[in-house]
Amino acid sequence: MTAGQLIEASLDLVLGNDITSPVAIKEMEKFKKEGVFDKEKIALVLDHFVPAKDIKSAENCKCVRDFSGAHGITNFFDVGEMGIEHALIPEKGLALPGDLIIGADSHTCTYGALGAFSTGVGSTDMAAGMATGKSWFKVPGALRFELTGKPGPYVMGKDLILHIIGLIGVDGALYRSMEFTGEGIQYLNIDDRMTVTNMAIEAGGKNGIFPVDEVTKAYLEEVAPCKAYTAVEADADAVYDESYTIDLSALQPTVAFPHLPENTKTFDEIGDIPIDQVVIGSCTNGHISDLRMAAKLMAGKRVASGVRCIVIPATQKIYLQALEEGLIKTFIEAGCVVSTPTCGPCLGGYMGILASGERCVSTTNRNFVGRMGAIDSEIYLASPAVAAASAVAGRLACPG
Amino acid sequence: MEKARGTVFKYGDNVDTDVIIPARHLAITDPQGLAAHCMEDIDKEFVNKVKAGDIMVAEKNFGCGSSREHAPIAIKASGISVVIAETFARIFYRNAINIGLPIIECAEAAREISAGDTVSVDFDSGLITDETTGKTYQGQAFPPFMQEIINAGGLINRINANA
Repeated sequence: MTAGQLIEASLDLVLGNDITSPVAIKEMEKFKKEGVFDKEKIALVLDHFVPAKDIKSAENCKCVRDFSGAHGITNFFDVGEMGIEHALIPEKGLALPGDLIIGADSHTCTYGALGAFSTGVGSTDMAAGMATGKSWFKVPGALRFELTGKPGPYVMGKDLILHIIGLIGVDGALYRSMEFTGEGIQYLNIDDRMTVTNMAIEAGGKNGIFPVDEVTKAYLEEVAPCKAYTAVEADADAVYDESYTIDLSALQPTVAFPHLPENTKTFDEIGDIPIDQVVIGSCTNGHISDLRMAAKLMAGKRVASGVRCIVIPATQKIYLQALEEGLIKTFIEAGCVVSTPTCGPCLGGYMGILASGERCVSTTNRNFVGRMGAIDSEIYLASPAVAAASAVAGRLACPG
Repeated sequence: MEKARGTVFKYGDNVDTDVIIPARHLAITDPQGLAAHCMEDIDKEFVNKVKAGDIMVAEKNFGCGSSREHAPIAIKASGISVVIAETFARIFYRNAINIGLPIIECAEAAREISAGDTVSVDFDSGLITDETTGKTYQGQAFPPFMQEIINAGGLINRINANA
């Protein structure tokens, strides 16, 4: 198989959410063949606008709920069980090394952290996947990122991926695969790796992928103890379009300024930027280690006067774990609000919309014009460490 | 395949799906309802000015960001007959083919064609003609596999035809 070749391949999982699934479900009606290819290999997660924010969202959720009921979809996750899909799917053991996964959500590329090939598609591809269990792909070329060194105590996966997007640009990996390798990966836990692969799309990438190592195996032992998988490795003579070496020990906390994820700066280039809101959460950074880092920096401190800080654990399990570890108490005592899992503010849905001229430091993934609210509001993308330090300082602040 | 001919709406690099159709309208699923908000965060006049057959021209990485199929659906339902860009973000590219919105990559045309020009596109050959300036550009015609999907009227019709 070579780059550029068009292939048809069998799917291990087809994923959709409350925004994209209703469009796919409507498309399903056009198929001659009725039903789904495998009710075990479809995952439908209500996560974007739930608990329903308005009547239209409620109708969309009902559409997905009815479809799941009618077809006996095993992995349907409703309010109470749901989490943000890209945190929930790995946690449920539904993404394994070597799997081929498509999802009608651009951040489906997250599961490459576990050695799966996973990529975002639209609703029609999702419908075709649900009906036939197959999809067409153009074999992508690849970029290789060799990671060396050990990151500093407040440097996270987010800093790495923002640094890379700043380096290669928002279309630097267009149509291509981003492969992460090298001795430095041992210092990235699964949460950090998921942050990195999650944002491959922000460089235009088709997917992001890590090799399966001891860190991956330990995680899978926990979430999918009885499941068999076949890890896929890059060939020794694999051809890469470009290769980069990144020294993790030299990375600094990094912030992407409005209005593109490639507008990255480190704190030596950042002046005084007062802020109005902080969001800590999303499929990118709502994991337990993200919340631990944020809580560590907020313990015994207060969110600055005039700043709202919204914390959103990505799944029910993470929420409960954060509660048991005392992180939620830390956040509330610091003056944060804590929400049930939702994509909400990340895409300007609800739970933290920005007014005209407001500035938000956010651990989410996109800072496009109008993404979180008013078209002249501003989003600064950063790690949970930078976000927590900034919430306390009332302005963009370097942790530690 | 037929030709497209219309007046150009011109945009720059990295037009993302959040500005093509902002998420505050994503609970809408009806194509005309989506078209009513198409491009509103970067071009408030678009919905008032666009006519059936008009052409959108943009530069690099058109349609980056979210996988929302609502974006090409909104563009198609607004009457746009073809989008010409230097490059397209890959999910948008797939979605456009799958729903039958013609798109064509051509760097030179994307840079040189101006807003308001009258442009025609021959889908079979990939030839783009700017009738206002008289210049022609060779865009990349679709590979046969994708032409099959477009000619069938989208991915689902193609799957039905081959079933």
